[in-house]
Amino acid sequence: MIVEVRSVSKRFGDRLAVDEVTLDVPAGVCFGLLGPNGAGKTTTLRMIYGVTRPTSGSIRVFEMDIAAARRRVRARLGVTLQQNVLIEALSPLENLRVFGRYHLLREPELSRRAQELIDFLELRSHATLPVRQLSGGLQRRLAIAQSLINAPDLLILDEPTTGLDPAVRLALWSRIRELCATGTTVLLTTHYMDEAQRLCDHVAIMSLGKVISEGAPADLIDSLLAREAVEFDCTPHEESLFLDGIPPPEHRLRAGRRLMIYLDDATALAAHVRQRDPHDARSLVVRPTNLEDVFLSLTGTNLEWQQ
Amino acid sequence: MSISLPHALSVWRRNAAMYRRTWWLNILPNFFEPVLYLAAIGIGVGGYISEMGGMSYMQFLAPGLLCVAAMNGASFEVTYNIYVRLTFEKSYDAMLTTPIEPDDVLVGEVLWAITRSCIYGGCFFAVIALFGLAPRPAALLALGIIPLTGLLFAALGMAFTLRIPNIDLFSFYFTLFLTPLFLFSDIFFPLKERLSGGWLWVAEVLPLLHPVRLARAAFAGKASPVLAWDVVYVLALSLLLLAWARRSVRRRLTS
Repeated sequence: MIVEVRSVSKRFGDRLAVDEVTLDVPAGVCFGLLGPNGAGKTTTLRMIYGVTRPTSGSIRVFEMDIAAARRRVRARLGVTLQQNVLIEALSPLENLRVFGRYHLLREPELSRRAQELIDFLELRSHATLPVRQLSGGLQRRLAIAQSLINAPDLLILDEPTTGLDPAVRLALWSRIRELCATGTTVLLTTHYMDEAQRLCDHVAIMSLGKVISEGAPADLIDSLLAREAVEFDCTPHEESLFLDGIPPPEHRLRAGRRLMIYLDDATALAAHVRQRDPHDARSLVVRPTNLEDVFLSLTGTNLEWQQ
Repeated sequence: MSISLPHALSVWRRNAAMYRRTWWLNILPNFFEPVLYLAAIGIGVGGYISEMGGMSYMQFLAPGLLCVAAMNGASFEVTYNIYVRLTFEKSYDAMLTTPIEPDDVLVGEVLWAITRSCIYGGCFFAVIALFGLAPRPAALLALGIIPLTGLLFAALGMAFTLRIPNIDLFSFYFTLFLTPLFLFSDIFFPLKERLSGGWLWVAEVLPLLHPVRLARAAFAGKASPVLAWDVVYVLALSLLLLAWARRSVRRRLTS
């Protein structure tokens, strides 16, 4: 195992931020830590790279106890924080060189590595401009490049693509997949389920400091919900009219006017709704169940989960 | 875990890399402040003063203002700049994802603050030497007092910066702490001639007084036993404050 977290809790005053979390991150996987804001994801990461000390429990990274070997562990990992930490007056190349020195890299290795990462994250045409002139997407790519300067065996990404446009997200995802394919273990947090589903081999869903579910995305979907989802708009009052005459569905979820019903074969229900709504005023959609459905059904933020 | 000097130096190099790009923004106001005082008070007020402490008023002012230059260089660095890195830029959070530990951050920042005090103090020394205000070779010893002053004010400012919850409180530090020090630390008039016995003892707590007395002795080329007390004061207070700052840095960065 690259990371072993054993019954770890973290208390800040009265607040229990992380509650008896146990995780195993095997070598070479892309592991996703999912959960709503405030679920304890960032605190868990901070404990893994040894900046926050757990209140109880133990953490081993690269088979070393993080409490006893912080410097040695951190020499072999890279972390991209939620907030980009860049020196705005300096260029991307200079930023990378400054960061490389934190790992005690020296010339010519330092410049060689900085240049490689400029190429890898496609920052070449902006490599010598002051960072303050770069767009948000370019700055994020530079922040990720920084965390790769020491060619880490473990890359930790805290919400890598929050606030980025779709093209940048796609580009970053493919870079992260490439890293995984070449043997880097990736541990990331996100609250975008499409990101988790595309990137992660394994996910753990956190809520209120606890891991509430864990597994491969496809397995989680299979084990927790039916295969298909039918979505359409209707008020709770209209719901009984639409569902009248068909067996009551096992799982359904409502977000405002939007009703989502999960079943293994949606054909009958979809036909039933279409019949009552021939002009599709209800925006009916039939789609495969995804990780977002699982996430919402487990964490239920702002949404009412009915069984 | 103990301090790693190479890691502390990488923190120092971060600041140096940034400073190379923005030095003209920082150096101009801080460096000109003592030069302006020297010109306005030394030439202006000095015109009405035939001598002070047995020398021209410009000569009297020079050693004290040298210490002020060193004090300013360190103070601006460890107050506003460190506060911004700590609170807004999160620079230290990023450093702590690498093998750098909080102790290295503290050492690197103090070394950098001392470096800045040496830049300001060194420039100011060149100016006063050019004006012929440091005629004795012994005045070169004052160059060694610049980093000592930098260390002291790095420690004082750091202890304050780590404590305050709000950036606006720095105006207290500058107006109610550094300005009185500037005015009452033997720089503009000899304390010994204006204060009575009891008050002279009270004045000994003023941190800036001690570097100024050392610098004055160097410029005059006259050693005396009290200078040993001045050195002990500067080193002891610095170490005490840094030991305290060390605990605060750890608490701030690793909770």
